Amino acid sequence: MFTTESSISVLIARGKRGSDLSPNTSNMESCPSVKNVLLLDSEGNRVAVKYYSDDWPTNSAKEAFEKSVFTKTQKTNARNEAEITLFENHIVVYKFVQDLHFFVTGSEDENELILATVLQGFFDAVGLILRGTVDKKEALENLDLILLCLDEIVDGGIILETDANVIAEKVASHSIDAGAPLSEQTISQALATAREHLARSLLK
Amino acid sequence: MAQPLVKKDDDRDDEADYSPFLGIEKGAVLQEARVFNDPQLDPRRCSQVITKLLYLLNQGESFTKVEATEVFFAVTKLFQSRDIGLRRMVYVMIKELSPSADEVIIVTSSLMKDMTSKTDMYRANAIRVLCRITDGTLLTQIERYLKQAIVDKNPVVASAALVSGIHLLQTNPEIVKRWSNEVQEAVQSRAALVQFHALALLHQIRQNDRLAVNKLVTSLTRGSVRSPLAQCLLIRYTSQVIRESANNTQTGDRPFYDFLEGCLRHKAEMVIFEAARAITELNGVTSRELTPAITVLQLFLSSSKPVLRFAAVRTLNKVAMTHPMAVTNCNIDMESLISDQNRSIATLAITTLLKTGNESSVDRLMKQITNFMSDIADEFKIVVVEAIRSLCLKFPLKHRSLMNFLSNILREEGGFEYKKAIVDSIVILIRDIPEAKESGLLHLCEFIEDCEFTYLSTQILHFLGIEGPKTSDPSKYIRYIYNRVHLENATVRAGAVSTLAKFGAMVDSLKPRIFVLLRRCVFDNDDEVRDRATLYLNTLGGDGAVVETGEDVKEFLFGSLDIPLVNLENSLKNYEASEEPFDINSVPREVKTQPLAEKKAPGKKPTGLGAPPPGPPSTVDAYEKLLSSIPEFANFGKLFKSSAPVELTEAETEYAVNVVKHIFDGHVVFQYNCTNTIPEQLLENVIVVVDASEAEEFAEVASKPLRSLPYDSPGQTFVAFEKPEGVPAVGKFSNMLRFIVKEVDPSTGDAEDDGVEDEYQLEDLEVVAADYMLKVGVSNFRNAWESMGADGERVDEYGLGPRDSLAEAVNAVINLLGMQPCEGTEVVPNNSRSHTCLLSGVYIGNVKVLVRLQFGLDGPKDVAMKLAVRSEDEAVSDAIHEIVASG
Repeated sequence: MFTTESSISVLIARGKRGSDLSPNTSNMESCPSVKNVLLLDSEGNRVAVKYYSDDWPTNSAKEAFEKSVFTKTQKTNARNEAEITLFENHIVVYKFVQDLHFFVTGSEDENELILATVLQGFFDAVGLILRGTVDKKEALENLDLILLCLDEIVDGGIILETDANVIAEKVASHSIDAGAPLSEQTISQALATAREHLARSLLK
Repeated sequence: MAQPLVKKDDDRDDEADYSPFLGIEKGAVLQEARVFNDPQLDPRRCSQVITKLLYLLNQGESFTKVEATEVFFAVTKLFQSRDIGLRRMVYVMIKELSPSADEVIIVTSSLMKDMTSKTDMYRANAIRVLCRITDGTLLTQIERYLKQAIVDKNPVVASAALVSGIHLLQTNPEIVKRWSNEVQEAVQSRAALVQFHALALLHQIRQNDRLAVNKLVTSLTRGSVRSPLAQCLLIRYTSQVIRESANNTQTGDRPFYDFLEGCLRHKAEMVIFEAARAITELNGVTSRELTPAITVLQLFLSSSKPVLRFAAVRTLNKVAMTHPMAVTNCNIDMESLISDQNRSIATLAITTLLKTGNESSVDRLMKQITNFMSDIADEFKIVVVEAIRSLCLKFPLKHRSLMNFLSNILREEGGFEYKKAIVDSIVILIRDIPEAKESGLLHLCEFIEDCEFTYLSTQILHFLGIEGPKTSDPSKYIRYIYNRVHLENATVRAGAVSTLAKFGAMVDSLKPRIFVLLRRCVFDNDDEVRDRATLYLNTLGGDGAVVETGEDVKEFLFGSLDIPLVNLENSLKNYEASEEPFDINSVPREVKTQPLAEKKAPGKKPTGLGAPPPGPPSTVDAYEKLLSSIPEFANFGKLFKSSAPVELTEAETEYAVNVVKHIFDGHVVFQYNCTNTIPEQLLENVIVVVDASEAEEFAEVASKPLRSLPYDSPGQTFVAFEKPEGVPAVGKFSNMLRFIVKEVDPSTGDAEDDGVEDEYQLEDLEVVAADYMLKVGVSNFRNAWESMGADGERVDEYGLGPRDSLAEAVNAVINLLGMQPCEGTEVVPNNSRSHTCLLSGVYIGNVKVLVRLQFGLDGPKDVAMKLAVRSEDEAVSDAIHEIVASG
C-alpha cells in the first residue's frame, strides 16, 4: 500500500517536472510570480485587492476566494510572524495587524520565502506610509497611497520591489516639485512628507 | 485628503463602521469626475475623485463602455497639471481603465512626453503605462526609448522597462528579442532588482536556445549575482540545464552541483531554500548529494518563522516519498512540529513521520496524533488515516495500538469519505494481519450499530459474512447482524439476511439458530428481504424440506465469486434468453486492462474481404468473435488466451506489423495486424510466411491472406498452427511479409493494374510459457493459498545473478510467468533488501496456480529467489518451476 502510493506521487511529480520543459509553461514557472495581493478588513471585506492571474476570472470568483481564505485564516495568530497555508493549490502567506489582514498568493510550486518577502515588503511599506497607525480607518483614508503602494510592489505578477523603505519612498514622493529627481530623496524626507501630509489632513 | 470624502450618514453609528467611502455611489462619483474638465484644476480634489473611482473598481463595481470612455477622456485632461501626486493617480487610473486602441492614441503623446521627461518617476511610470496599453504598431515608435531606458542609470526606470519587456515578449517577441544587447548590459547592473529583471528577461528571450541558456548559466554561476531574487532565478535555470544534460552524463559528478551546494551557504534564506529544493528535485539524486540540502532544511524546521518551517517540512515530506532514509535524521525536529500552531505544518510533519518512522516510535507518535486529530479538517484526517494504514502494514506487530486508534476515530464525528477511509483501512488490516482479525471485526460490528451510511453498513455486513464464520467464536457476531434486521433500512436489512445465511451455511452448529432468525425475516415488509430469506431457507434446508440443491448452488451463493464483475456483467448483457441456460463458466476470467472496444453485431461480420474491420480488436470478447467468424478456425474450441500485440517492425517503417497470439487448447493462431504507411502503394494478397523450423511441436494448418491493404487502413492476416493438446509448447517463428504491390496515383487514388510481388522481413516471434498463463487475480491471496493446500506445492531456490535492482528482478520474473500480481506486491519499495511478491493465474487446462516469490539481495547486486508454487495439479507446479529454471 505504502509503496504504491508513494510511487504514484513520484510519477506525478515527474510528470510535472516534465511539463515545465515545454516552452509555453516555462515562462511563468521559472520566474517567481505573484497571483494576487489582498488587503482585507477584520470581517473579510476588501480594503484594496489586486489580482495578477486568470485563476479567478470574475469578480464573484475573486470574492469567493477572498471569503474562503479569510475564513480559513481568521482564527490563526498571524500577528507577530507571517503565517502560511496551502489552499486550493495555492500558497497563501498572510499577516494581520489591528483590523487589517494582509495576504499574498502564489502558485503551489512557488518558493514560499519569496512570497513571504513580498508580503513583508507590502506590510512594512503600509506601516511606513500610515506612520505606524495601521488600521482599517487609516488605510481607507489613505487609500490612494495604499493603491500606489500595490502598484509599486508587483507589476502584472512580476515582483517589482520588495524593500519597504524603497516602496514607501516612491509612494510618498508626492508633493515634491516636478523636476526634483527622485533619487535625491531620502527616507527621512519621505517620512517628513508623509508627516506633513497627515498634519494637513488633521487641520482640515 | 483624510477629510471624509462623502458626508457621513447621520443615522449610522459613526464609531462602529466609519469609512470615508460610506454611502459612496457610482453615479455621484461620475458626476464629480467633471472637475477634471475645470479650466483651473484643483489637484487635491481631482486626486480624491480618482481615489473614489479606483475604490469603486476595487470593490468590484464595473463601468459601462460609455462610462469608462467618458472617465478616460476626462482623466486625459489631467496631464495638464504638474502635480506629481495627481499624475501618479492618473497613471494608475489609465491602467485600470485599460482603454481601447483608438482611445490609446489620445494619451500616447502625453505618455511619450513623460517617457522622455527629466523626472525619473515620470519616465518609469510612463513606460509601464504605455507598454501596458499599447499595441505592436506603436511599439516600434517607442522602441528606441525603451532600449535607452533599459540601460538608464536610474534603477527604477531600468526595471520598469525590463518588466514591461517581459510582458511584451508574450505579444511582440520579435521586437523584444532585438533588445538582447541592452538586456545583457543590464544583467551586470549594480542595482539588485535591475539585475533580477534583466536576468528574467534575458532567459526568456533565449529560453529556446539550449546552448545560449547553458552559456548564460555557466558565466553567471562563476560571477557574483547580487540580488537574492536573481540568485533564485539562476538556481532555477541551473536546475533546468542539469535536467537537460542529465541524459548524457549518468555517471560521475553532476555538472553545476557544486554551485547549488554553494548556494546553501548564501546569506538570504530564500536562496538557501531555493537551492535545497532544487537539490532534492534533481533526477536520481544520490544520498550523498541530498545530505547537505537535508541539513539546511533541518535547521529551518526549528525556525521561529512559520513560513520557513512550512517550506522545509513540505520539501522534506516530498523527499520522504522517495528517500525515507535520508529524512530520518530530522525525525526529532519533525516530532516537535506535531504540536505546531499552524495545522498545515503539523499535518505535513505527521505524514512525513509516518513515512519515515520506525517501530519503536509508533506508540509515541500515535499518542501525539490522537491529540491532534480533533482539530484538523476531514481531508487532512484521510491523509493521516492512509499513512497509518501503511505504517501498520509495515509494522504488523504494532497492530494493536494502530487498530485501537482507528476504532477510536471511527467513533468520532466525520463525513462519509473519512469514515470510508477508516473502514477500508481496518478491512485491509484484518485481511493482511491475522492477529488483528478478531478485534478488527468487533470494532466494525460496533461501528454498524450506529452507522449512518448505508453503503458502509452493507460493505461491512458482506465482509462479516466472509470473515466471521472463520473465527473462533462466530456466534458472537450474530447479535450485531440480527440487530440490523430490526433497526435499519431495506438495503441494510437485505445485506444482513445474506450475512446470516452465510453463517448458517458455513457453521453447522449455528444452523438451527440461524433458521429461527431467517424465518422471522420472511415477514419483512420489503420484498427483497423476504425473497432473500426464503431463498436461503430453501437452499439451506431450513423449512424441513429435503435439501436437494447441489454443491454448485452453495458454491455459487456462498463461495467467493472469482470472476471479474465487469466480465460477468458483459456476458449477461450479451446473453439472449433462450432454451440454453446461462453458463457462468463461459464468462472470460481474464482481467481486462484495456477499455472495452465498441461492440459489433455478432456473426454478421464480413470475413476481412473487401471491408476489413477498422483497427485490431483489443479485447478478449472482440478477439473471440473475430476468430469464431473465420470458418477455418471455427472448430478450434474455446479461446484460452490472447496475448497483447507484439510489434514485429520498428516504428515508422514502410509497413507496420504487430502480432497477437491466440492460444487454443490444441491450436495457436497468429493474428498479424498490418498497416501500410505509403500513400503511393496498394498491397494485395498480403500473407505472412512463417518458418516454424525452430518450433518443432507446431505444424501449420491454415492461413488466411488479406485480399487488399490500402494506405493507412489496417487489415489482418492470420496463420494457424496445430500443437499437442493441452501442452504448453514453446518455439520461435521467423516471419516474412509477402504481398503484391501496386503503384497508386496519389491524385486520383487509382491503382495500376499490374503489380509486382515483393517481400518484407519481419522480426521473429516467440511463443513462450507465459502465453499459456491467464492473469487471474484472487481477492484474498492468503485464504486462497491456504485453501489450495500444500499437496500440490513445489518449493525451490534460484539464483538470478547480478541485477540492476530488486524491482527489476521482480518484474522480470512476473513477466516470465505472465501471472497477475496480487495485493500490490509487484511494487518494490526503494532501498529494500528483500521483497515478497504474490502471483496468481490460471494455467492452460484451467488449472489454478498461486505463486509466492521471495526475493533477497545476496551481496551488492546478486538476487536470490525462493519460489513456492501451489496448484491443483502437481504437474503444473513442476511446469512453473521448469519455466523459471529455463527462463
